[in-house]
Amino acid sequence: MSAGADSGRLPSAYLVPGSSSFTDFLSAHAPALLPSRRPLPPGAALEAPHGTTIVSVTYTGGVVMAGDRRATMGNVIANRDMEKVFATDEFSLVGIAGTAGLAIELVRLFQVELEHYEKIEGTLMSLEGKANRLASMIRGNLGMAMQGLAVVPMFAGYDLEEGRGRIFSYDVTGGCYEEQDHHSVGSGSLFARGALKKLYRRDLTAEQAVRVAVETLYDAADDDSATGGPDVGRRIWPTVGLVDAEGARFVPQPDLAPVVDAIITERSEEAR
Amino acid sequence: MTAGMPFYVSPEQLMKDRADFARKGIARGRSVVVLQFDAGIAFVAENPSRALHKVSEIYDRIAFAAVGKYNEFENLRVAGVRYADLRGYSYDRSDVTARGLANAYAQTLGTVFTQESKPYEVEIVVAEVGATPEGDQVYRLTYDGSVADEHGFVAMGGGAEQIETGLREAWQPGMHLADALALAVRLLGADPAGGEPRTLAPEQLEVAVLDRHRPRRRFRRVQGDLLARLLSSDDPTADVPAGDDGDSARGAATNPQTQRPEAASEGGEDA
Repeated sequence: MSAGADSGRLPSAYLVPGSSSFTDFLSAHAPALLPSRRPLPPGAALEAPHGTTIVSVTYTGGVVMAGDRRATMGNVIANRDMEKVFATDEFSLVGIAGTAGLAIELVRLFQVELEHYEKIEGTLMSLEGKANRLASMIRGNLGMAMQGLAVVPMFAGYDLEEGRGRIFSYDVTGGCYEEQDHHSVGSGSLFARGALKKLYRRDLTAEQAVRVAVETLYDAADDDSATGGPDVGRRIWPTVGLVDAEGARFVPQPDLAPVVDAIITERSEEAR
Repeated sequence: MTAGMPFYVSPEQLMKDRADFARKGIARGRSVVVLQFDAGIAFVAENPSRALHKVSEIYDRIAFAAVGKYNEFENLRVAGVRYADLRGYSYDRSDVTARGLANAYAQTLGTVFTQESKPYEVEIVVAEVGATPEGDQVYRLTYDGSVADEHGFVAMGGGAEQIETGLREAWQPGMHLADALALAVRLLGADPAGGEPRTLAPEQLEVAVLDRHRPRRRFRRVQGDLLARLLSSDDPTADVPAGDDGDSARGAATNPQTQRPEAASEGGEDA
């Protein structure tokens, strides 16, 4: 933290009128705290834990986002109960794939960014505004991405203006693309997208969309070693978030057990 | 100033002139009342504007109320949000305290009062709601940077003295929100000159609470129909309904890995 913030009068930068962006304030006042402003030593890319597969499915009046719980570092499972889907404000969720440490820091900054704007402006940012803010943060991370520390998030939220759930995906350069109906990112996303095409239909209910998302992750874990399937022994299920007109919330883990059990039973009966 | 000594002004006189100047500016504005009730801290202001707030959220448990010159206290409010968000981002959300913010404001107001060409014409309250009424903190800061640690209630602005007298007589610990609001609104409508009291309608009021029973972000504006029901003596509504305008599922920690709210936290790992 920069000098003067803990004691004494508020630094003059705090009293400058204007920006309602926390990231802009940090870059002017405490740039060392920004993930994108960190100098990297030249040389080989380092090995750090990677988060893997995130899927998102729209349903009537909202959108579901689910992520598996595994982080990998090369052939090692670095973490088996990591959270990769986060509520970023009252009406949005973000899921992360890529370098876990950087991605979590980015989510943290994004959460403060949205709340900071809301407090200073006295109003919520539009959904597209939020998607664009996230894009500019990814863009700032391009230097890191070129050294192998890429962060690829997926953003989903409830659009209060349009009254529906929307999904946005990103590339490492900060390109932001709106996706129709469903999408997946991360190492298992190829398999997940295949599964989504078969499982998705229009007019899903929230419960059906949760089931589609969990089954999609099951398929991704089946074929991608970096994606964790449901851990029946330890009872670790995917993180599943929902956002609709009521706001963002997570499906409690005990409620996911029957969903996972139903999928496992059905698939083993049919041996597929 | 004294005639005959046009080139010298004693420090005492200079400070007194500045204080008089600031006090006059503050006394022109309408008042704000901050008072504790059983479930938190309530903020009541006479303010017909829906856009220019006198009461605002600073952080999870901290709110800000001000009277005086709008551009000056708005500047301080934004600085407070920046202070709190930067501190919470660098450390943890639980490390942002009203005491720290009140200190930073006191230093700022004090420096401006003595060193700049004119003092800020503002008076502010920084309040933090605790887990119990004993844990509530209310700091009042004046234009010269003095801080007072208040208990129970504070009134600021034009009719502050009369309002505080009224609060001293009628305020009680453990009041319900509806009673606390009715008291504040009655005192805000009283005429300091002793004339006919005015009845303030919900549209003329800006009301907010720090509700200790809400998850994470305890600040909530009370307006429209809910405010009308709370203020109406025939309506049984005595408190804000719990969790009706859904807070985000984000928990109270800074680290996204540990931020799940308790209710929605894992049943998985420990099962």
